[in-house]
Amino acid sequence: MKKKRKSISYAKWGYIFILPFFICFFIFSLIPLVDTIRYSFYEYYRSGIKEIGPTFIGLENYISLLDSDMLKYAGNTLILWVIGFIPQIVIALLLANWFTDIRLKIHGKQFFKVVIYLPNLIMASAFAMLFFAMFSTNGPINSILMSLGWTSEPIDFLGSVLGTRSLVGLMNFLMWFGNTTIMLMAAIMGISQDIFEACELDGCTSVKRFFYITLPLIRPILAYTLITSIIGGLQMFDVPQILTNGQGNPDRTSMTLIMFLNSHLKSRNYGMAGALSVYLFIVSAILCFFVYRMTNGTDDNGAKAAKRRAKAEKRGR
Amino acid sequence: MKKRVVAVLLAAVTAAGLLAGCGGNGGSGEGGGSETTEEGKVINIYSWNDEFRTRLEAVYPEVESTSDDGTVTTLKDGTEIHWIINPNQDGVYQQKLDEALLAQADAAPDDKVDIFLSETDYVFKYTDADADVAMPLEDLGIDPETDLADQYEFTKTTASDQNGVQRGSTWQCCPGLLVYRRDIAKDVFGTDDPTAVGEKVKDWDTLKTTAGELKAKGYYTFASYADTFRLYGNSIDEPWVATGDTVIKVNQKIMDWINDSKEWLDEGYFDKTVKGQWNDDWNKAMSSSSKVFAFLLPAWGIDFTLNPNWDGGDGAWAVTNPPQEYNWGGSYIHACTGTDNPEHVKDIILSLTADKDNLMKISKDYLDFTNTVSGMQEAAQSDEFASDFLGGQNPYEYFAPVAENIEIAPLSSYDQGCVELIQNAFSDYFQGKVDYDRAKSNFETAIKERYPDITEIQWPE
Amino acid sequence: MKSSKPKHVQSILAHVVLIVLSFMCLFFFYILIVNATRSHADLQKGFSAIPGNYFLENLKNVANDGSFPMFRGIINSLIVSTCSAALCTYFSSLTAYGLYAYDFKVKKVAFTFIMAILVMPTQVTAMGFLRLITNMGMYDSLLPLIIPSIASPAVFYFMYSYLQSSLPLSLVEAARIDGSGEFMTFNRIVLPIMKPAIAVQAIFSFVGSWNNYFVPALVIQSKDKMTVPILIATLRGADYMNFDMGKIYMMITVAIVPIIIVYLLLSKYIIAGVTLGGVKE
Repeated sequence: MKKKRKSISYAKWGYIFILPFFICFFIFSLIPLVDTIRYSFYEYYRSGIKEIGPTFIGLENYISLLDSDMLKYAGNTLILWVIGFIPQIVIALLLANWFTDIRLKIHGKQFFKVVIYLPNLIMASAFAMLFFAMFSTNGPINSILMSLGWTSEPIDFLGSVLGTRSLVGLMNFLMWFGNTTIMLMAAIMGISQDIFEACELDGCTSVKRFFYITLPLIRPILAYTLITSIIGGLQMFDVPQILTNGQGNPDRTSMTLIMFLNSHLKSRNYGMAGALSVYLFIVSAILCFFVYRMTNGTDDNGAKAAKRRAKAEKRGR
Repeated sequence: MKKRVVAVLLAAVTAAGLLAGCGGNGGSGEGGGSETTEEGKVINIYSWNDEFRTRLEAVYPEVESTSDDGTVTTLKDGTEIHWIINPNQDGVYQQKLDEALLAQADAAPDDKVDIFLSETDYVFKYTDADADVAMPLEDLGIDPETDLADQYEFTKTTASDQNGVQRGSTWQCCPGLLVYRRDIAKDVFGTDDPTAVGEKVKDWDTLKTTAGELKAKGYYTFASYADTFRLYGNSIDEPWVATGDTVIKVNQKIMDWINDSKEWLDEGYFDKTVKGQWNDDWNKAMSSSSKVFAFLLPAWGIDFTLNPNWDGGDGAWAVTNPPQEYNWGGSYIHACTGTDNPEHVKDIILSLTADKDNLMKISKDYLDFTNTVSGMQEAAQSDEFASDFLGGQNPYEYFAPVAENIEIAPLSSYDQGCVELIQNAFSDYFQGKVDYDRAKSNFETAIKERYPDITEIQWPE
Repeated sequence: MKSSKPKHVQSILAHVVLIVLSFMCLFFFYILIVNATRSHADLQKGFSAIPGNYFLENLKNVANDGSFPMFRGIINSLIVSTCSAALCTYFSSLTAYGLYAYDFKVKKVAFTFIMAILVMPTQVTAMGFLRLITNMGMYDSLLPLIIPSIASPAVFYFMYSYLQSSLPLSLVEAARIDGSGEFMTFNRIVLPIMKPAIAVQAIFSFVGSWNNYFVPALVIQSKDKMTVPILIATLRGADYMNFDMGKIYMMITVAIVPIIIVYLLLSKYIIAGVTLGGVKE
């Protein structure tokens, strides 16, 4: 009898297990989302303390957003994200590989791991404030640079496009590279030691081992890192907001999409904020679709390429 | 069980309130008990910091005690004042206040907003006659003509709606002065005497010549272009946005500020490394290592900003007349439409903004320049008001005449955004990051984001 | 033997890189801590590498300031972050397991759906969220900061990936044959296997909710329910009543110290967990 029940009713458990997640999601995310989308078709804002609307205006909010500088802000967001992400993933891969390499004796491993993760603990807003104070024209960094004689005049970091963007990138890098390292380490350590041992026996160099074994095997986690980082990048807000006081100075070159959304929310322009949210939603969906395609696609391609390479190598011998 | 306790407590509070009410009536011998509408037991006050609470505790005679965490003040008649404090930054205060005001009609009597505060930068948003969220003082039984006769005229204008009906009142008044470093004055002019220095800075043209002298000795006149903005901004002759209109008219005075600031910065009269106010660079410009000659500050600015940022001894700074009269700051008290405590509210407003003794006490204890013409004239003559920080100089001597000459610029409910964003947009232009037209269009973009109903921006010429 | 020399070079390189990175990370904290020990007047004089003796004074200023109940805020933040981390990791694992181990009709749809909402920026729903919370009577309470963490798509995806790489379904089958109930199997067998992943994600979500400012600022109204970031934000404003930089640095310090302690405690567990956890294939 027991046997019979099992074979029939496992599906039920699947539903039960995923139920809390979905109930919670529908209440706390979906209802608000529908609300947001609904208002995107309305003219609805506050003027002083008087409420204007809601009046149905169709797609007008969407059209006027396209006329605005929205695309420029999207570009800014992308640039800021890339500046931070590329060094982050490279360094994280390198460190994760070193940390998990048993033959590489790293002294104070525990200490380094703890230290590199540290910046991720500090509040982004507090971190940005700290940077703002340190890199201000009369701040500690400039006084250190000047006393070292590296520069005779204080550098106006936050006054230049390059300076501001680099600082945002640097902060994002510092805050996230430790996090990514730990994540990748967990993944690499999840790989069965047998594989590494087998590789060792075959006389693999550590470079080869990294590219042919580690990298392909941690691809799911890499994809995860990439996706979360893209979403994080799209949502970039705290750091540039506080560093530039919400203005994206100079000349709005570090204004991100969420800062743009925030300025609409701040002015209580529900209609416009709603429409912008919908755009953001669509963009993030498209981005993710590409990443899925990329990671799933390379699964086959990667395998094929590996085979081809193996063949070529054989032939070469 | 819990419910019963609450009920008993409520009954007790009600009884206490009734008794106190009776006592009050008997004492004053008034026979008007018949027309009293029931006063609520809770007065809700919205503000952005505890400044108003400390002033109220200091001078309002009805205060019994305040809870340790500062959220509830109990009055002698048992009425409780509930303080709802939200920070001003990022518009949080206005956001929360707006929510409460929109819910005002449906709120239970004891949840209604009874008093709220506003700052000069956005006072007009709340005194707007169409919005009707701040009660006309006359409806409370306060006659501005007689009860508030000793107040500075411009504070009354500021707190009035577009029809001239006064809808708020303030205890403070914020005339600004020019505060300068004595050592720099001695070095450049050979004297640090306030009258002599005052002569050097009496108007913009003279000040510009003086700025050249300072520059020759390696000093900056002011820290940044943001420092001079209020002087220009206060003297506009038309509001940013006319009532009922959706067009921003940038005033010629603002254009003057833009042109002068660019010129001054290029000439090296400002410290190029200081961008705006309220940041670390600005704070450092007030320290002894800085080369900045002067700041334009009101009374609170000297005591709460300059003094803590100065790392030397007392007596290093002095005040003199500014090149142009101006006002900076001021917190207005409003009675909220729909309040269930009109009598208390009236009493509080009168006690804090119209009682000369109370105001003088605030001036003495908290260094506020208070809203009493006769009182401030007395203070200007009195040695009691001399400041140690200013080396024994009595700043009221200079504050009082400025206050009397302030003419407040015509207000609109868009002022806060306009003032903030025009400085931001043109900051890039001053620094040479963008050209003039680009700065203009950046301002237009930003202001339309802030105020969705703005349709057009008109520039002079 | 052959590879010992390049290993040596690589080891030096690794140490150099690690030291440089560590310096960059610690340098900013160092400045923060040093500045927290100096008075505002000292800070005005410019940066100095030597700590001042104002530490206790600044701490006292922070602790005794009734308008910024910092320690109450830390307790609130601890409650919210701990509950969120627990709910989030448990239910994400449960959901991931549900979708990984069972076959049912909507499985594919459900999975795709979660992956689709993974990309939804939280700010998008903020306004609607606030309205909903108000209607539900949960405005100005800590609950709306905790409960929604049950549905965390990103954590779900991590758990799912982890299950894929380290939970063979044969193990579940074996448990069934042993007569273990489904919940029992999850709690007794699957959860321990997932320990490393749970530890990592618990830290991430704890930190995430500890540092979250956006939602709490919308939801929390009264002083005694405020979390740390709201208090920090209150202090950092351009308000002439509170701009003592020494105090501000001290508040930031106080705000990050508890989380560093929690991390140090958990980090040992993580590293041990990663090496021990999982079932070898």
